[in-house]
Amino acid sequence: MTTTAPGLTPRTAAGSKARPASRRAPAPAPAPRSLISAQELARPRNRRVYYAVLTLTIVLFVAVFVFPLYWMASSALETPREFAAATPTLLPKSVHLSAYRDAWTQMDIAHFFLNTVYYAAGGWFIQMAVDVCAAYSLSRLRPVLGKFVFGAMLASLMLPAAALLVPLYLTVNDLPILHLNLLNTPWALWLPGAANAFNIYVLRRFFDQIPGDILDAAAIDGASRLQVLLRVVLPLSRPVLAVVSIFSVVGMWKDFLWPLLVLQDPDRQTLSVALHRLSTSTTQVPPTEMIAGLTIAAVPMIVLFLVFQRHILGGLSAGALKG
Amino acid sequence: MATSLAPHRSEVRVSATPDPRQRRRSRLRRRIADNALAYAFLAAGILCFAYFSWYPLVRGITLSFQQDNLITDPEWVGLTNYHHLFADPLFWTAWRNTAEFTGIALVLGYAVPLVIAVLLNELRHFKGFFRIAVYLPVMLPPIVCVMLWQYFYDPGQGLFNTLLRGAHLPTSQWVQSPHMAMISLVLVSTWANMGGATLMYLAALQSIPGDLYEAAELDGAGLWARLRHVTLPQMRFVMLVLLLLQIISTMQVFIEPFQLTGFTNPSTITVMTLIYRYAFAVNNDFGLAAAMSVLLFAVLAVFAACYLRLTRDSSDQG
Repeated sequence: MTTTAPGLTPRTAAGSKARPASRRAPAPAPAPRSLISAQELARPRNRRVYYAVLTLTIVLFVAVFVFPLYWMASSALETPREFAAATPTLLPKSVHLSAYRDAWTQMDIAHFFLNTVYYAAGGWFIQMAVDVCAAYSLSRLRPVLGKFVFGAMLASLMLPAAALLVPLYLTVNDLPILHLNLLNTPWALWLPGAANAFNIYVLRRFFDQIPGDILDAAAIDGASRLQVLLRVVLPLSRPVLAVVSIFSVVGMWKDFLWPLLVLQDPDRQTLSVALHRLSTSTTQVPPTEMIAGLTIAAVPMIVLFLVFQRHILGGLSAGALKG
Repeated sequence: MATSLAPHRSEVRVSATPDPRQRRRSRLRRRIADNALAYAFLAAGILCFAYFSWYPLVRGITLSFQQDNLITDPEWVGLTNYHHLFADPLFWTAWRNTAEFTGIALVLGYAVPLVIAVLLNELRHFKGFFRIAVYLPVMLPPIVCVMLWQYFYDPGQGLFNTLLRGAHLPTSQWVQSPHMAMISLVLVSTWANMGGATLMYLAALQSIPGDLYEAAELDGAGLWARLRHVTLPQMRFVMLVLLLLQIISTMQVFIEPFQLTGFTNPSTITVMTLIYRYAFAVNNDFGLAAAMSVLLFAVLAVFAACYLRLTRDSSDQG
């Protein structure tokens, strides 16, 4: 798995020259052929089979992956009575936005939505600040024992989140030495989130490939290390910063178990945790309102995905198998 | 180490000093200053890892030998927590259920992403649509996926039973049936998580050199022979990696049983929901939960070690 997504190598004019010889250039365009060759496919009988398979796959994908989301968004447009009817309707008979409105105001989804936005934005900022600085130091300043520190950080990737849950909860409940209780504060999400070895690994790899000449030139011009980081390294790293940022925001939006434990005060909960709590609470919420809540929780991720699909799909195939 | 640092402006000035002893001293001072600066950049990261990764690992192990309920002071109790675990029938049920979930997830879910990836790699149209569609559920918050399926599984008006009734097929109680409960959990989990594996297989398929297929074709290999003797051998590494990753992640299953069947239901209680129950739901027995976590960690460590071995070997070759 030595292929590298286009976004994950620095694109500088000098880059191709200064890159270590062992690194292969980015893989060229898609493989010339796959299992079935173009000639084979061109035969009339095979073409018919191909189009049949293609149609079947499209139908299957729409039914399995797209329809559930359509069902979710459209069910919330129905009246509770239409939703409960024995014969479901594919298209709502008449469009009612009331479920969305009630979910947003009466179920207070607005509040939990803003909570989640706040946690994700703050968590993103802290994660970036901590991890970029750490990766820059490990890649460019190379302190004594830096390799050891990096190894200890990477080792945490091998720790299953499940195994740390209980001791981490007790740590956040009473930070050693400082004796702070972070429960029910955003810091309980933000600080553990910053200990992200994957981010540091990806950023460090990228920083390693930035040609040293550029950084030396900046240093000779009198830029401090911090200025080099802010004015030279970060602008060159926009593609990798985009990938890391997207994955960090998505990760925080999707997180469930950890926020469930550390934010038990209903006022401070994230959207995911609040949806779970409302679904199990004794006060009956109309199903259409609940489904409207689910849709509202899903929409930001779908929008993010459609906007940044190339970053997300590319970053996935590049980072995932590197271990 | 210091030689790898970029020349800094002041260093250029230093090298102009004639006295060698003074030069050595100032070089040492420079090295210390450089390291101090480097550690200043690194400090926040080290603190975060120390507090939220390295320390909890140690604390988790010591905690498993303690009694701790956050009210009274923690107390050393030796192996008592482990004895209690082994005596608790739920402990064995949870492990059996987790193994069952992992097993069913392998049977139902492991081959699906591979088959879909091979299929998608041959389709010349709507490539973007297929990739986006299969990855869509992965983007959704897991609680949304699970609650959505909760509506589908509803025995009365749920989508699945409505469809089955429409086709005059027998309906099911889904998560409420002892036989179907686990399978229902696996179905949600597979739907929600298979996108990542599918895209990784696709990336691996695209890196198979076309020459191999051409050579096989010249030797008279048909479609199945090429699939068996070219595609699958070339994918072996990725398949093994994803097998291990799937086992590691499905053994930590939590949200599906937590939301769909509740963490008290013995027919679907898993290791993670039992840990949650011990620590947060019943009597805040953190020691007992930590002992359970240590055991889970030990089991997962075996798979993690295989994974590490596998990926390291391959990066040596590559």
